[in-house]
Amino acid sequence: MSVMNRNWNILPSFYPEFDLERCDFENGCNLCAKECSFGEISLKPVKGKDGEVHLRPWANLAACNACRRCEKMCPERAIRITHKPGDTSHGYWTQAPVTNLWRQAGREGGVLLVGTGATGPQKRYFDYLMFDACQVTNPSIDPLREPMEIRRYLGRKPERYGGEVGPLLKLEVPIMFGAMSFGAVNLRVQEAEAIATRDVGTFWNTGEGGFHKKLRQYGGNTIVQVASGRFGVSEDYMKSAAAVEIKIGQGAKPGIGGHLPGEKVSGEVSETRMIPLGTDALSPAPHHDIYSIEDLRQLIYAIKEAVEYRVPVSVKIAAVHNVAPIVSGIARAGADIIVIDGFRGGSGATPLQIRQNTGIPIELAISAADERLRQEGIRNTVSLVASGGIQCSSDVLKAMCLGADAVYVGTPVLIALGCGACQRCFTGKCPYGITTNRPGLAERIDAEEAAAALRNLLHAWGEEIKELMGSMGISAIEALRGNRDRLRGVGLNEVELEILGVKHAGA
Amino acid sequence: MCGIVGIVNGDRRRIDGSHIREAIRIQRDRGNGLGGGFAVYGAYPDHKDLYAFHILYEGDRRSDAIPRVEDHLRSRVNVHHAEEIPVYPNDRIPKGPYFKRYFLSPIGQFVAADQTEEDYIVDLVMEVNRMGGAFVVSSGKDLAVFKGVGYPEDVADYFGIERYQGYLWTAHNRFPTNTPGWWGGAHPFTILDKTVVHNGEITSYGTNRRWLEMFGYYCMLQTDTEVISYIYDKLTRRDNLSMEDACFVMAPSLWEEIDRQDDRKKRTLRQVYESAIVNGPFGIVLTFDGGAIVLNDRNKLRPVVCARAGNTWYASSEECSIRYLSPEVDEIWSPRGGEPVIFKVEEQVREVPACPS
Repeated sequence: MSVMNRNWNILPSFYPEFDLERCDFENGCNLCAKECSFGEISLKPVKGKDGEVHLRPWANLAACNACRRCEKMCPERAIRITHKPGDTSHGYWTQAPVTNLWRQAGREGGVLLVGTGATGPQKRYFDYLMFDACQVTNPSIDPLREPMEIRRYLGRKPERYGGEVGPLLKLEVPIMFGAMSFGAVNLRVQEAEAIATRDVGTFWNTGEGGFHKKLRQYGGNTIVQVASGRFGVSEDYMKSAAAVEIKIGQGAKPGIGGHLPGEKVSGEVSETRMIPLGTDALSPAPHHDIYSIEDLRQLIYAIKEAVEYRVPVSVKIAAVHNVAPIVSGIARAGADIIVIDGFRGGSGATPLQIRQNTGIPIELAISAADERLRQEGIRNTVSLVASGGIQCSSDVLKAMCLGADAVYVGTPVLIALGCGACQRCFTGKCPYGITTNRPGLAERIDAEEAAAALRNLLHAWGEEIKELMGSMGISAIEALRGNRDRLRGVGLNEVELEILGVKHAGA
Repeated sequence: MCGIVGIVNGDRRRIDGSHIREAIRIQRDRGNGLGGGFAVYGAYPDHKDLYAFHILYEGDRRSDAIPRVEDHLRSRVNVHHAEEIPVYPNDRIPKGPYFKRYFLSPIGQFVAADQTEEDYIVDLVMEVNRMGGAFVVSSGKDLAVFKGVGYPEDVADYFGIERYQGYLWTAHNRFPTNTPGWWGGAHPFTILDKTVVHNGEITSYGTNRRWLEMFGYYCMLQTDTEVISYIYDKLTRRDNLSMEDACFVMAPSLWEEIDRQDDRKKRTLRQVYESAIVNGPFGIVLTFDGGAIVLNDRNKLRPVVCARAGNTWYASSEECSIRYLSPEVDEIWSPRGGEPVIFKVEEQVREVPACPS
């Protein structure tokens, strides 16, 4: 045997444990093995209590990463996903770096790919920000008794009445669904997003995978993306939507392009993206016509001309060190909406090193950008959308207090549809049918059912936002935008407080 | 909680300060002795074409802020007359900061082409407030504001307000709840000819303050009410909105109602001035040269009563003050939340529905 054994066992940290007392294998149940699309669960013949040979589920200890599909689906609740970190004895060379090295040197020999957003230990600032509430001097407002308004309008607004307004996007909840392309996600997921946003009165985003003809009926609630690959982009494409978004960057992979492997480019994906069947869809890292801000201005106005100035043009960037001046430049280049995607933002496929090490937290980025636009007196000319790592309704409201006009959520949409954040979206094997169009898996999503889940999500967050507003004595959400006085920091240092523009608790 | 009273004489007939002193005194429970103040229009008939700056200096007449501020004033405006504001210390208020008043006019060639004389004066107020140790407590023509720490009747006696006469008076009795009771933080708050007395707490303060900063208004007085006078000034003077529209911006109709009426103007006003919405409970009397506006928050979380007796108009947190001033009234009513009542001198009183379109 050679020294460099390419067949070392590198055991996963997670695997299913089967409670055979509960398991119904003796009656022929093998649902878990069918549900597992990663090949972790196989069936092994064993002799049962009845003396007969039956097939029992068996963990291969090869491919589990805790998607929890089997656990969720088992009718007997006989499965637990167990976490056994195969740790080293070393305090510095711990499991993660060692396993990654083994994988690169041994089997994969390349760039380590992952799906979803960054997992690192960086501070989640949302957790260190606390809301204010009314006590005595000021009555809190009960959203069950009093009107509570959470509508937002996004786009360019003049400094004073009489100036030119809009075009504006009307959001009945300050939450939109972030860009996830057809090809990266199942068409049924996009359909669910479209139905839910139409029903609730907000927007979803096609990502850069084109706009499937079946979904064009939802154009009034759709934001289409123009990214570096220009997939599916045509005049008709841009005119069919409520807004056009130029994607410069993404929080999960700032500064790099995208790659949809040829295996995911099916007939429909090929038609929608306008690329040949089975070819890799490569989005270059930069736009090949944007090498500086003046080029972005030309693209913004080229799009505005194409859509006859009827819909707003948005520009999405990843939150990077210099985000504030970049945002100022984009505002002056003519964007109506600017999306800032923090380093926690999700992705179907991103190099591990980029995901974990590039970009900055959305809380700091949105604060810096909002403050900069105000210092320059141009805050009203553009709306700011925060995204990247928003987990719950209070995150939404905190982002707004720091300066966002609204937020995008992506990962929460997928989690609402079952996603267990197993980080393998790029494999095309998603057991929930979310990030795959593969027959047999894609059908696991039902568009109507998924739409109901997303409506629930938007409604629930909307109700929670109203409760939070009421407790602060706010009846219209615009009174909270940029209202940092309603936040206090707990356990943040002076630099952090200054950037966030909030006082420490007790002050 | 706080108490407010406003009196507007429709014929510009002037009365002395003893009336309003008593009217606010009887709302004693609405304050706690940490702030009282008065605004009077028609106070300086001999200088009525000059901007009357009342400046509060921290410390006493030896304050080093005085020469700094006065040098600055002389470099920016013509100072026609300057004097100490006479005060009458008493048992309840034995001592206060040092007050001076200045009658000013802008130096014509210093006013930039793209600004008005009033913009120039607003900039000057902001400059003085940011110099440290000095605060402009009133800056309008023929307008005087007196305020301090104490019950309002004690503040009245300290400044001797019965010696002043005016056709429009407002008074405030403070029960501070969010910022310290200090002399500059008492009401009314003013900019140019606008003053505000306010009962409430503004939960939108952070949004409003940061919006105003974009246009050169800096809130230095540590009290939320300050934003209302600046918002109103920005809307009516700089952006030329009508009083009704300005009130609509601060306390707009619900989106639902705007949708139902399909009112484009209201929708646009609310979109454009989203950061000027005033949230939280409030009842305010906002005055200007020639009249007053009474406005409540949309949910009517603070009391305000309005009344008319002949050609005199009243607003008060409590009816008792109105009945003290005029036992018999021709009309008396409680305005609805978000619906401004506008009194204009030499016109009939009008209850104006928010933003007629």
